[in-house]
Amino acid sequence: MITFHDVKKDFGKLEVLKKINLKINQGGIFAILGPNGSGKTTLIKSILGMVIPQSGAIKIHDQNILKQWKYREQIDYLPQIANFPANLKVIELINMIKDIRSGNCREQELIQLFKISHFLDKKLGHLSGGTKQRVNLVLTFMFNSPLIILDEPTSGLDPVALITLKELIIKEKKAGKTIIITSHIMSFVEEISDEIVFILDGNIHFQGTISALKEQTKENHFEYAIASILKENYV
Amino acid sequence: MYKILKYSFYDLIRSRWSFIYLLFYLLLGIVLLFLNSNLSNAIVTLLNVITVLIPLIGTIFGVMYYYDSKEFTELLLAQPIKRSNIFLGQYLGVAISLSISLIVGLGVPFIYYGLFISDKIFEFLTLIIVGTFLTFIFTAISFFIAISFENKIKGFGVAILVWLLLAVIYDGVFLIFLVYFEQYPLDMFSLGAIMSNPIDLARTLMLLKLDISALLGYTGAVFKKFFGTNLGVILSYLVLIFWMIIPILGIVWKSNKKDF
Repeated sequence: MITFHDVKKDFGKLEVLKKINLKINQGGIFAILGPNGSGKTTLIKSILGMVIPQSGAIKIHDQNILKQWKYREQIDYLPQIANFPANLKVIELINMIKDIRSGNCREQELIQLFKISHFLDKKLGHLSGGTKQRVNLVLTFMFNSPLIILDEPTSGLDPVALITLKELIIKEKKAGKTIIITSHIMSFVEEISDEIVFILDGNIHFQGTISALKEQTKENHFEYAIASILKENYV
Repeated sequence: MYKILKYSFYDLIRSRWSFIYLLFYLLLGIVLLFLNSNLSNAIVTLLNVITVLIPLIGTIFGVMYYYDSKEFTELLLAQPIKRSNIFLGQYLGVAISLSISLIVGLGVPFIYYGLFISDKIFEFLTLIIVGTFLTFIFTAISFFIAISFENKIKGFGVAILVWLLLAVIYDGVFLIFLVYFEQYPLDMFSLGAIMSNPIDLARTLMLLKLDISALLGYTGAVFKKFFGTNLGVILSYLVLIFWMIIPILGIVWKSNKKDF
C-alpha cells in the first residue's frame, strides 16, 4: 500500500505536485493519467525516491521512504525513456543489473517472452527504439517484485509485443501484485486498469474505477470522459 | 558501493583514454630517464608536469565520466542501492583508474632504470604519493561540480575554471601579493596561502623533499623550517587529506538532495 500525504514538489518556479493526497491499495492495476507535463512522471519518481519532495510524506506499508533505499528491493521500475549506456551489450547489461541487485531472477523466461535472444550480443546503442523498450521490459520484470511501476510501457512497441506485455501485466496482477502504469493510450488503459488516477496541473482530479468516471461525467466512452474532465478544468 | 566501483573501474580501464594517459606517462618517463640519464632531474621535470597535468586530467575525466554515465546512473537510482554509494563508487572508479595509469606509467620506466638501487627512491615515492593525492582531490572536485550543474557545458566550464584558478591564476596573484607587500613579514601569510591550494602544497612538499628549496627564494627558509620538520610534513599530508575529504562530503551532500 502506498500513501501520499500532502506531497509538494516544485522545480524552481514550476509547481509540479501541489499537495497530493493519494492512496494506492495492495493488488490491482492502477493507471495514472493526465496530459503532458501534469506531473505523472514526477509522482512516480517520488515513489522511487529519485525526486525528493519539498514537503509531505510518502509511505509504503506505513514506512516513510524519505532517505531510505532498502524498500526499492520491493519495486520493479520501467523508466520512460530507455537511456542505456550505449557501448554495453544487452547481455552485459542484464548480467550487470542482476549482479548489482542480487535476488532470484527469471531473465531467461522473459528473454524468450519478449524475443530478444538474438539481440543479446548487440550493443545497446545499435538497437531500435522498440527493441530497447523490450530490453527495458525484461530488465524491469526479471526480479519478480510485488510492486511494479511502468512509465509509458507501450512506447515504441509493435502490436505483437504489446499483446505480450498486456498478457504479462494481467498475469502479474493475478499473482497479487500492485502495478502502477502511466500511459497515453486510452484503449490500453481502459482494457487493463482496475482503477485510474487522473492528475492535472499537479492536482488529483479523480480517483476511482472507470465506470465511476463514466458515471460522474455522464459520458459513455472512456476517452470522452477523460476529455470532459479536461474541459471542465480548462474552460 | 563495491559493485558500482568495480563496474566503473572496468569500464574505464578498458577505455581508450586511460590507455592513452598511461602511454603518455610511459613515454614521458622513458624519454626523461634515457635522454637525461639523471633520476633527480627527471623527477624535477616530472614534478612540473604532474602539478599541472594531473589536476587538469582529473578534472576533465571526472566531469566527462559523470555526464557520460548519466543514463546508467538513472538506471541505478531505481535499484536498491544507497544514493551516495552510487556516486562514491563512480568517483572511486575514476580516481583509482587514473592513479593506476600514473603509478604504472611512471613506475615501469623508473624501476627499469634502476630506481631500487638508487638513493632517490623516497623522492620518487613522494612524487607518486603527491600525484595520487592530486588525482583524488581533483576528481572529487570535478565530480562535485558535475553533480551541482545539470547543464553539461556549464559544469565543464566551471570545472575548467576551477582548475585554471588553482593551477595558474592562484600562483600569479600570490606572486603579485608577495612582490607588492615585500616590506611586510609574509611568512605566515605565504604558509597559509600555500596550504590553501592543493597544487601549491603538493609542489612545495616535493621541492623540499628534493632539497632545492633555495629555488623558493626568500621565504624558502621559513618553508624549510616548517615543512622540513616531521610536524610540517604530517600537517601537509593532513591538509591534503582534508582537501580530498571536503569535496567527497560535498558529493555525498549534493547527491542526497538532487532530483533525477
